[in-house]
Amino acid sequence: MNLSVQIGKLTLQNPVMVASGTFGYGVEYAQLLDLNQLGAVVVKGIRLHPVRGNPTPRTVEVASGLINAIGLQGPGVDGFIKKYWPFLKKLKVPTIINIWGTTVDEYAEVARRFDTLGGVGALELNVSCPNIKEGGAQFGTDVKLLSRVVAACRKVTELPLITKMSPNVVSIAPYAKAAEDAGSDALAVTNSYPAMAIDIETRKPKLANVTGGLTGPCLKPIAIKLVWEAAKVVKIPIIGMGGIQNAADAIEFMMAGATAVAVGTANFYEPQTPLQVIAAIREFMQQRDIQDVSEITGSVQTTK
Amino acid sequence: MLEQTVQIVSNERDTDSHFRLVVRASRIAPLIQPGQFAHVRVLPMKDAVLRRPFSIFQVEGDTFSILYKSVGKGTEVLARMGPGKELSVIAPLGHGFTVPKRGGETPLLVAGGYGMAAMYLLAQRSPQKGIVFVGGRRHVDILCEKEFQALGWDVRVTTEDGSHGEKGLVTKPLQAELKRSTARRKLFACGPTGMLKAVGKIAEESRVPAELSMDEHMCCGVGVCLTCVIPVKAGDGWEYQRTCTEGPVFDSRKILWEIAK
Repeated sequence: MNLSVQIGKLTLQNPVMVASGTFGYGVEYAQLLDLNQLGAVVVKGIRLHPVRGNPTPRTVEVASGLINAIGLQGPGVDGFIKKYWPFLKKLKVPTIINIWGTTVDEYAEVARRFDTLGGVGALELNVSCPNIKEGGAQFGTDVKLLSRVVAACRKVTELPLITKMSPNVVSIAPYAKAAEDAGSDALAVTNSYPAMAIDIETRKPKLANVTGGLTGPCLKPIAIKLVWEAAKVVKIPIIGMGGIQNAADAIEFMMAGATAVAVGTANFYEPQTPLQVIAAIREFMQQRDIQDVSEITGSVQTTK
Repeated sequence: MLEQTVQIVSNERDTDSHFRLVVRASRIAPLIQPGQFAHVRVLPMKDAVLRRPFSIFQVEGDTFSILYKSVGKGTEVLARMGPGKELSVIAPLGHGFTVPKRGGETPLLVAGGYGMAAMYLLAQRSPQKGIVFVGGRRHVDILCEKEFQALGWDVRVTTEDGSHGEKGLVTKPLQAELKRSTARRKLFACGPTGMLKAVGKIAEESRVPAELSMDEHMCCGVGVCLTCVIPVKAGDGWEYQRTCTEGPVFDSRKILWEIAK
């Protein structure tokens, strides 16, 4: 039985990774689970310089979901390399580094820095964070800017590039196609959905940033549809994410067209989720005599 | 830090407002240090996307306990769970209190409401006994007074409505005690943010060190999500540090109250 999948030139031992921003830099969870069982570790978004992040409150729990506005707090490229890379580079599974910037040049510079570092599995281009004033979603919701960011990174690195797509577009198809045409090796579908919550007693927003990004189980049906739409227009692999809590959710994403999946918000309440998903995908395949996990990808029957 | 499915030994109403939950957690219990917390997943809550953090109250053999108030959906469901039912626990978490050394500063503990729970282990494991100042709105908000007395600590109670102990805020007898003598003292506090801020200010004015246990909204509890951050002095400036990891206990001099919400 084969569970391994291919993301560009990167081979993953299984199709289950973790979603950027829900797994820190891996080391935080190392005491609770064996990271080497994962498909890949995906770290929190990093730009060139350290980022302080947004004021608090930064998250609020809503029905079957979580709204966050962390503001990409992080150590910057140098801080990351010094503090976290010595741990990550020793892992047997690939590390995918989520990168961002406020200009096309900054994206390219961060990509170049990680290209020269050596040992990085892939880069995930965060062009879809809704919680920062500059950078993030402004690149992912403008086809021309998106193409420029991907092309600029493509020029400086041969590492697999994964473009993390915004859900906040009328149709994901032109964006997916633009990322593919500009040289992206894969798509991550999707990021959090812009959202807001209000305290009716104080009449104040529940987040200091006023708005945030919605994640968790309530996002799943939206993300499934986006994966399905993107899969119809691109040949490159798609990593599906949005509210995955168990193998059934993961398999649903794969049937919609995802080659791999990422567990996000569920890590917060159950850090074992990614490993449970891997075990249960294996069981699902055994029960149905599926030899290769790729047989599931895109197997949804939409015609009668 | 361990994740363990634990069994409820007892879960009973402790006072009119609080419950006392005891769980058997053989691997976790011996690791617990004063001021640390447990991140609890209330398993029957299928739709919840978060665990709930609770200060650890007492440790006895292979069990530990927490005190909680039934205030939201999570604690309401928890309050209905009986002995034998299971919870998932990640613990012990966070950086706790520095246990006083014999012959060092006299510890003065300051607790507001169920902040008292977070201080029990500190009082129990401190080789030097001191005073516990505990405050609440009403008599029912004053928790574990007897437990602290049983440890041989001097317990000074204040309530805002005067229904028990001295009438007023917990900071009043604390300030009086600090003025009364010039002996070396150290403050340890846990309670609502307003109280912690007041204790921090008193510590600064009285030039006594203080360790404050901060209570912030939390998601992951292990340092990845960056929800529970507070502004803390670092280098020439400041940075957001995690209450779940660098805290919950911070040196009061490092907290930037003017930036904190």
